[in-house]
Amino acid sequence: MENFTKIKEKIYRGGFTALAFSSLVFLAGIILLLLKESLPLFRHVRFSDFIFGRAWYPTASVPEWGIFPLIMASFWVTLGALFICVPLGVGSALYIHEIASAQQRVFLKPLIEILASIPSVVYGFFGMVVAAPFLQKAFGLPTGLCALTASIILGIMAIPTVCSLAEDALSCVPDSFREASYAVGANRWQTLMRVVLPAAGSGVSTAIILGMSRAIGETMTVLMVAGGAAIVPRSFLQPVRPMTSTIAAEMGEAVMGSLHYNALFSIGLVLFVITLVFNMIAEMVCKRFRLKLGIDR
Amino acid sequence: MKKRFSQRIGFGILWLCMAATLFFLGSIIYFIVVRGAGVFSWQFLTDVPRKSMTAGGVAPAIAGTVYLTMGAMVFALPLGIACAIYLNEYSPRGFIVNIIRMSINNLAGVPSVVFGLFGLALFVKSFKFGVSILSGSLTLGILVLPLIISAAQEALMAVPQSLREASLALGATHWQTIKRIVLPNALSGILTGAILSIGRIAGETAPILFTAATFYNRGFPKSIFDEAMALPYHIYALMTEGTHPDQQTAIAYGCALILLLLVLAISASAIIIRQRQRRFHA
Repeated sequence: MENFTKIKEKIYRGGFTALAFSSLVFLAGIILLLLKESLPLFRHVRFSDFIFGRAWYPTASVPEWGIFPLIMASFWVTLGALFICVPLGVGSALYIHEIASAQQRVFLKPLIEILASIPSVVYGFFGMVVAAPFLQKAFGLPTGLCALTASIILGIMAIPTVCSLAEDALSCVPDSFREASYAVGANRWQTLMRVVLPAAGSGVSTAIILGMSRAIGETMTVLMVAGGAAIVPRSFLQPVRPMTSTIAAEMGEAVMGSLHYNALFSIGLVLFVITLVFNMIAEMVCKRFRLKLGIDR
Repeated sequence: MKKRFSQRIGFGILWLCMAATLFFLGSIIYFIVVRGAGVFSWQFLTDVPRKSMTAGGVAPAIAGTVYLTMGAMVFALPLGIACAIYLNEYSPRGFIVNIIRMSINNLAGVPSVVFGLFGLALFVKSFKFGVSILSGSLTLGILVLPLIISAAQEALMAVPQSLREASLALGATHWQTIKRIVLPNALSGILTGAILSIGRIAGETAPILFTAATFYNRGFPKSIFDEAMALPYHIYALMTEGTHPDQQTAIAYGCALILLLLVLAISASAIIIRQRQRRFHA
């Protein structure tokens, strides 16, 4: 009987271990499959030509596979989004943390979290039917579907993410910091700006990096709103084609196993590496933040 | 005097930030609710699309979203909970566990369109499931796995260590303790996490773009190997394909409204449940 229980325990332990390893398998699987499906391209195209080439004509009779315009478009749109989501997200977090009354906070915190769940396709739709026509009229543009509109919509979309994470970081700052600051005569604003915000600084930067990583990997919004011209952007008022929307828009037409198909997987690989780097930086910064404030979990 | 003045300005700016945030997010919801309400009717919810997408309802798209979401949860929920149990209850702290933790964190940051590529290469192509509900569900399941794991882990962590110790002191084995003490106490937390993940995958579009979604089906999908219409994809397709942009935009407003209400209701209920629990425990 005792033996039976012991064996049962071992079986359960082994089973859970195996299942836990599956997450590792999935990550490895994603990397391997991306490599497997993208490598055939580099038998025909040099890697440096792929990254720095300035022409993306996958369906021309002499196709060209330069994704530089797509990378630049992704960065422009993400950068533009940061100008909106960082001040508004962090500002709102500071408001909820410092100014909001207890009743307001009980209401605002869950509200922001609920708003974070609005699907990206709804933002994209809103951008197409409301924001783009509005901006087109306001700036007299030839088309409302451009980098500016995409940046604005992406920025709005990332606000709840940045705000929730930044608020979490702010509330990790121990009360003793704040009390010490009041004790030497600082008022609430000075305490907030010179003590609480710097103490939460790396936590807030983690929030910003994760918001940025979300923006650069976002597909539906930019697919619907950014316009889709594969050119190196010169101004925010031009239509652009970021990496994500290229994959989404062209995978439907690409013949399975063709060079075009491989090239789209290569873009996916580049995207994967970029977001991986962002997430690793975020994790490192986050670890430092926790060490600094002495939170061990 | 100057001190008080700068505080007033600073707080004013923060107030403006909060107001702008609420204004932007509120206006998105306002536009979709007001313009979507016009096409909203019982028939819109229960009828199939008619006259090449210019009339009728979107019932197959609603059904497709429900199937895909349920399929993903059937796959991801047990796996995610098992993974969380291992990490929190069994794992000897060490190198391998750190690697698993890291890979879960990184999996959470992978862009959704890359999951779509993964699903296309693995399920559609290698496993030959084709463009189907099965492929789409599995892809969405892998996407949502990290979310479920971290939610379940948090719930398990919230179970006080003293409960485990008491159970072990009474002579229960490790697994008995997990099954009878830890899991029942963590259950509500795990469920909240699961509901939140449902809200997340119901609105995902990019992963099903090449693995499950189709613009038009005559009726409802009959097996898990059929393609399916899905609400989020339907919004996108209505706006970018087809030949009657005006009527299609009206229907897209209706779809966006349904999707918005669905997702907001799901996540609101999860968050309210969690709020109640916290108050209860505190």
